[in-house]
Amino acid sequence: MKSKGTILTQKPSRRTVLVYGGATMLSTPFISRAWAAPVEINMLAWYGHGEPDIVSEFEAANNVKFKPKYYAGGDNMLGLIAQSPPGTYDVILSDGEFVQQLNAAGYIEELSAADYPFDDMLYSDFQKFPGHWKDGKLYSMMVRFGHLGVSYNKNAISAEEAMSYSCFWKPEVKGKVGHFDWHLPSLGMISLYDGNGAGLWDLSGSQWQKVQNTTLSLRPQVGGYFDYGGTFNSLKNGEMQAMCGIGDWITGVLEKDGAPVGSVVPKEGGIQWTESYCIGKGSEKADIVKEFIQYMLSPAGQVKSAKMAAYPGFAITKSGRAKLIDVDRKEAERTGQIDGMANDPITLVKEGRIHYRNIPVQQSLEDWNDFWSEYKNA
Amino acid sequence: MPVSEQNTQLPLVETTPKRRFARLLTFKDALRLPIIIWQALFFIAPLIFMVAMSFFIVRNYRMTEAFEMKNWLKMMSRDYFWDSYGLTIGLATLATLVVMTVAFPAAYTLAFRVSENTRRWAVFLLIIPFFTSYLVRIFSWYVILAESGVINAMLGYIGLGPYIMLNTQFGTIVGYMTLTLPLVIILQTLSLANIDWSLVEAAHNLGCRPWRTVFCIVLPLARTGLIIAAVFCFILSFGDFVSPYYLGGSKPPTLPILIVDTVKSGQQWPRAAVVAVVMMVTLFIVAFGGIAAAYRRRVR
Repeated sequence: MKSKGTILTQKPSRRTVLVYGGATMLSTPFISRAWAAPVEINMLAWYGHGEPDIVSEFEAANNVKFKPKYYAGGDNMLGLIAQSPPGTYDVILSDGEFVQQLNAAGYIEELSAADYPFDDMLYSDFQKFPGHWKDGKLYSMMVRFGHLGVSYNKNAISAEEAMSYSCFWKPEVKGKVGHFDWHLPSLGMISLYDGNGAGLWDLSGSQWQKVQNTTLSLRPQVGGYFDYGGTFNSLKNGEMQAMCGIGDWITGVLEKDGAPVGSVVPKEGGIQWTESYCIGKGSEKADIVKEFIQYMLSPAGQVKSAKMAAYPGFAITKSGRAKLIDVDRKEAERTGQIDGMANDPITLVKEGRIHYRNIPVQQSLEDWNDFWSEYKNA
Repeated sequence: MPVSEQNTQLPLVETTPKRRFARLLTFKDALRLPIIIWQALFFIAPLIFMVAMSFFIVRNYRMTEAFEMKNWLKMMSRDYFWDSYGLTIGLATLATLVVMTVAFPAAYTLAFRVSENTRRWAVFLLIIPFFTSYLVRIFSWYVILAESGVINAMLGYIGLGPYIMLNTQFGTIVGYMTLTLPLVIILQTLSLANIDWSLVEAAHNLGCRPWRTVFCIVLPLARTGLIIAAVFCFILSFGDFVSPYYLGGSKPPTLPILIVDTVKSGQQWPRAAVVAVVMMVTLFIVAFGGIAAAYRRRVR
C-alpha cells in the first residue's frame, strides 16, 4: 500500500502543483494589497485641505490615505472635537485664534519646535503666533494665511470706493451686499469701520453697542447670508456686488476664472485669517502627521497651499514664496506675493493695516452670535 | 363526553372559529410589529431624547446632562425666535395655498379629462423629479432666477426687468413648490380620481353650473385627500432648510436655518432642540387638525 505521507514528504503530482500554484497566484493580489494597505490619517479641516490637489502626492510617497472631516468655523471645529473620543483626529487644521482653546481643552499634542523651519518664516510675528505657544512650548504650526477686506464686483464698485468699508452702504448696491454667514469676520470688519483699529476685538460696552448699531444700519443693503457655495455663486452670477466677511480666499478662485471680482484691504484695515496644523491628542500616527506638516511647510507644500483649488492662501516661508514666484509668477503677482509690491501681504501686516482674527475679548462668542441672529432677522 | 374522545378531537378544536380568530389576531399583531418597532426606535425614542436634550446644558462645547430651563427661557425670550417662527408659519402657509391652487387644475385634468393611460404616464413623469437630489434641483434655479438668468433674459426681449428673484421670499416659495408641487398633484389626482363621477354627472343633469359643481360636489367628495395633500405640503415646507437658505438668502432666517445657526455657533444643540420641539408641536397641531378636518363627518 502506498504511504500517503504529508505534502512536504510526498512527491507532488502534476495536479497538486497546479492546484497549489493556482491558489497562490489567485491569492497574490490580496496578499500584496493587505501588505500595502495605506495607513489612514483622520483629518479635521476646512474644506479643501484633504483634497487630492493638496494631499495626493504625500499620500503616494508615504503610503497613507487622508480621511478628511470638514467643518466651517472655529466653534464648529471645537464642537466636533468635543463630541469625539480622544484620538479620533490625527491632524487638525485650526483657525489660528482657536488654537489656544484647543490647547486649553487638552485636545492637541505638544510639538517640537526643532522639527519645523522657523528660520524660513517670512515674518517674525509668525514664529511666535499668538496662542500657538504656551509656557515656551509649541502646540500648533502656522502653515498659511490670508486677508479679509472688501470683496466687490469691479463693474459695480470702483477700486477707489472699495478702499473703504463705506462702499457697503453705497445706494447703488442696495440689496446686493452679501454676508458670509459667520459673525466673526463680518462684525470684525464693522468694528474696523467704526474706528476700533487694533482694538477691534476688545470692545467696551459702548463700543460694542456702536458696532451693533452700525451693523444694523447695513441691514437694508443686505441681499443675503451665504455659506461658501452660496457666496461663490452669488458673486459669480452677479447677484451680490459686494461681500462682507470674505477676501481673496473666495474672490481669488473666481478672479482666476475671469469673473470681474476682487478683494482689497481697505484704509480702515483688514483681518487676517490664519490656518495652523496641530496633532490630535492621543493620535497614534503623530510621526507621519509631523512629516505631513513638514511637507506642507516645504516649498512644494507651500506652493500647493498657495494655489489650493478650494481657496488660495499666502505662503508663510521665504522658500515657499520663492518657489511660487518660480513656478507661477502670475499668481504671485496677482496676490502681491513678491517683495516690494504695494499689496504684499507681509508689508500690509508690517504697516499695521492687518489685524489677526481673534475672538471677542470683553463679550462672549454667544453674545456675538446672539446679535448675529438678531441682525439676520432685523 | 368521555375524556379519551375529547383528546381525539383536539386537532379539530384548533380550527374552530374562535381559535382561527385568535391565530389571525396573532398574525395581524406580528404584521404590525415591524412598524411599531420602527416607530419606537426611530421616532418615539429620538423624540423623547430631543425633549430631554432641550434641558441639557453646553459646557466647553460639550453637551452635559442636566435639567435646566435656561435654554427654554433664553429662546422664548428672544424676539428673533418669534420673528423666525412667524415667518416660517407664514411662508409655509403661503406655499400651501399657492401649491394647492396651482396643483388643483392639473390634478382635475389628470383625474377627469385624460385617458387612464395618459394619467399613468403623467403620474410617472411627476415622480421623475424625485430621482434627482433636491439640492441639485434647487441649485438649478440659480440659472433660471438669477438677474442674468433665463427668465430675465426672456423678459428683456419684451423690454421688462430685470427683476430680483433670487435671495427673496419669492425664491423661497419657488423652492418650496419644487419640493411639494409634484407630490401634491399626485395626491390630489388620486383623491379626485376616486370620486364617483356619476354624482358629478347628476349635478350637471340637474342644472348645476361647472364652478358650482367643483365647489359643491367635487371638493367635498375629495376633501379627505385634498386636506392630506395640504398637510403634507405644509409639513414639508415648514421643515425645509434648503429653499429658504439657498433661494431665499436666509433673509430673514426660518426656523430650520435658526436650528443650523444655533448648532454652528457654540454647538448649542440643546437650544436647537428647543426650536425643534416647538416645530414638532406646531406640526402635530397642524397634522392632527388637518386629519380631524379631513375625516370629520358632515353635519347638516
